[in-house]
Amino acid sequence: MNRAGNGTAVVQTIDLRKEYRMGTNVVNALAGVSVRIEPGEFVAVMGPSGSGKTTFMNLLGCLDRPSAGKYLFEGDEVSAFDHTELARLRNQKIGFVFQNFNLLPRITALDNVALPLAYGKFARGERRQRAEVALREVGLGDRMDHRPVQLSGGQQQRVAIARAIVGSPSLILADEPTGALDSKTGVEIMGILQTLNDRGITIVLVTHEPDIAEHAGRVLTFRDGRMIRDEKGMGRRAGAPTPATQPHLVAVAGH
Amino acid sequence: MTPADLFFSALQSLRSNTMRSVLTALGIIIGVGAVITIVAIGAGAQANIEKVIEQIGSNMLTISPGQARDGGAQQGAASRPTLTAEDADAMKIVPGVSAVAPEVRGPVQVILGNQNWRTNVVGITEDFFIVRGWKMSSGRNFEDWEIDAGEKIVILGSTVAEKVFPGSDPVNQIIRIDRVPFTVIGVTAAKGQSSFGQNQDDIIFVPLKTAQQRILGGRLIKPDSVQQIAVLARTAKEVDVVERDLAEMLRDRHAIVPGRADDFQIRNTSEIFQARAGATEVMTLLLTAIASVSLLVGGIGIMNIMLVSVTERTREIGVRMAIGASRTDVMMQFLIEALALSMIGGVVGIILGLICSQLTAHFAGWPLRVELTSILLAVGFSAAVGIFFGYYPARKAARLDPIEALRYA
Repeated sequence: MNRAGNGTAVVQTIDLRKEYRMGTNVVNALAGVSVRIEPGEFVAVMGPSGSGKTTFMNLLGCLDRPSAGKYLFEGDEVSAFDHTELARLRNQKIGFVFQNFNLLPRITALDNVALPLAYGKFARGERRQRAEVALREVGLGDRMDHRPVQLSGGQQQRVAIARAIVGSPSLILADEPTGALDSKTGVEIMGILQTLNDRGITIVLVTHEPDIAEHAGRVLTFRDGRMIRDEKGMGRRAGAPTPATQPHLVAVAGH
Repeated sequence: MTPADLFFSALQSLRSNTMRSVLTALGIIIGVGAVITIVAIGAGAQANIEKVIEQIGSNMLTISPGQARDGGAQQGAASRPTLTAEDADAMKIVPGVSAVAPEVRGPVQVILGNQNWRTNVVGITEDFFIVRGWKMSSGRNFEDWEIDAGEKIVILGSTVAEKVFPGSDPVNQIIRIDRVPFTVIGVTAAKGQSSFGQNQDDIIFVPLKTAQQRILGGRLIKPDSVQQIAVLARTAKEVDVVERDLAEMLRDRHAIVPGRADDFQIRNTSEIFQARAGATEVMTLLLTAIASVSLLVGGIGIMNIMLVSVTERTREIGVRMAIGASRTDVMMQFLIEALALSMIGGVVGIILGLICSQLTAHFAGWPLRVELTSILLAVGFSAAVGIFFGYYPARKAARLDPIEALRYA
């Protein structure tokens, strides 16, 4: 795993912008963000609602396309990708973890975890095998045939994490993964993400809670569509190597 | 996703809303069932008509007197009494003719004590029952000499026998027909309704000469005229030749000079039934078209439910897109679901249609004719309905914005 700053970044945005038209008004949801996230980083994104952090995450997750600016994913210019290419990128390179788990209610944990592989042209047997491995990794080897309703919130989030990692992605995007959980379960979930990061998976996590952000080695703070702070070396991951050779283009807050 | 994945996923989704799926498929079930049943009934009726033609024989010809000409106006068939018993006798020697049955008909009153029954009398010869396919249930047929002698004897149709002699044997009893006493010598076996819906058994038979002279005498324009002559050719192959020879002979007998029109009409009975077979076919087509409308309605039902399903599962669609489903994947998922719904409806409809046509065939006494083509057509049609009406909802699902879809409550 290349953790050095001079390799290819997992994520690199250059003056990334997103504007929405609401009638005659133009809302600048993201007003030019440039950031570089290296392989193996654990990044927390913070900011009040309406700060643009959700828009930023949607763009990173290739669920949306920027109005202007560039987005390089592992060196590929994805802002020019079409729907099908974006879908393939999400399928193979990105894992999503949502606040409300977003598991399909009618199918078992195992089928939920195997679902991304079904879109990735894996054979049936291999899908099952990989899904089992992923579920064991999050400590749910004994709950594979349970449906989401038969699982606790924490267990459901573990299934969601297993689903995110089953395709061996380069990047995991977690949108307030502990927001719907009690604090004890939240700590467990953060522990799992921590373990995954220790194994070299890049994680970008949105959170409101500073103590959750402490797990990250780097915290990006958003306000009014701009990134106003890019802090490294705080919290538990202070010792983790962070890119130092590349200057971070930090947008200056407008006030 | 492989086709198998899509199929199982579709079944899973349909099963999770069993009642709704069943109700939605019902439109297709009824449509396909109706089409299969109607086509089978049509084919059965067709086969039945063929059977009837086979029974009466395609070797029968009926000869009626021709139209009278009154000034320039054509009058109805048989309005001129051009055929006589002698014509019928002459036909017997035409090569290829196996039986000749001249007849006259008219309404009469049958009286026994205080019993009084209005019916129709047919004056016939001994060949009539053979040519027309009647059987005796008791008593006997007329004999040659009785016909020639104009005996006052009568054979009753089964309805008349039941009405006038309820519960007793009419043979050798005396009845009066329009005041003239007749001896009953036989009763015919019931023949049921004619193919045009008349009760064929409400009838009595007397010798031709008796009918002409004693019963209908005053009403016939010419005393020895007959209203119709049925001729049975020996084989179906000979019918055309016999028809030509009969026409030639009759023109000769009636002294019709070349260039003048026939004063008689010869009809091939099977032609009449073939015309009816054609009418049945048209009717079947029409009913099939009507039944197909319910397939259309069923298809709209599928579209409706698929639209509801897409809305309900907006978040699921968002999740699937986030984990890598392309628009095509989502499109295929909903299309296959609509297709599965309509195909299941189609298969159940086929089973229903088979049961219905079995029942119809059983009760109507028709041969069962389920054509493979109608089954294949039904399957193809339901598939087409599923794809056609599933396309719009599936496209709607595929075009969803994943961010909006994930945010959907």
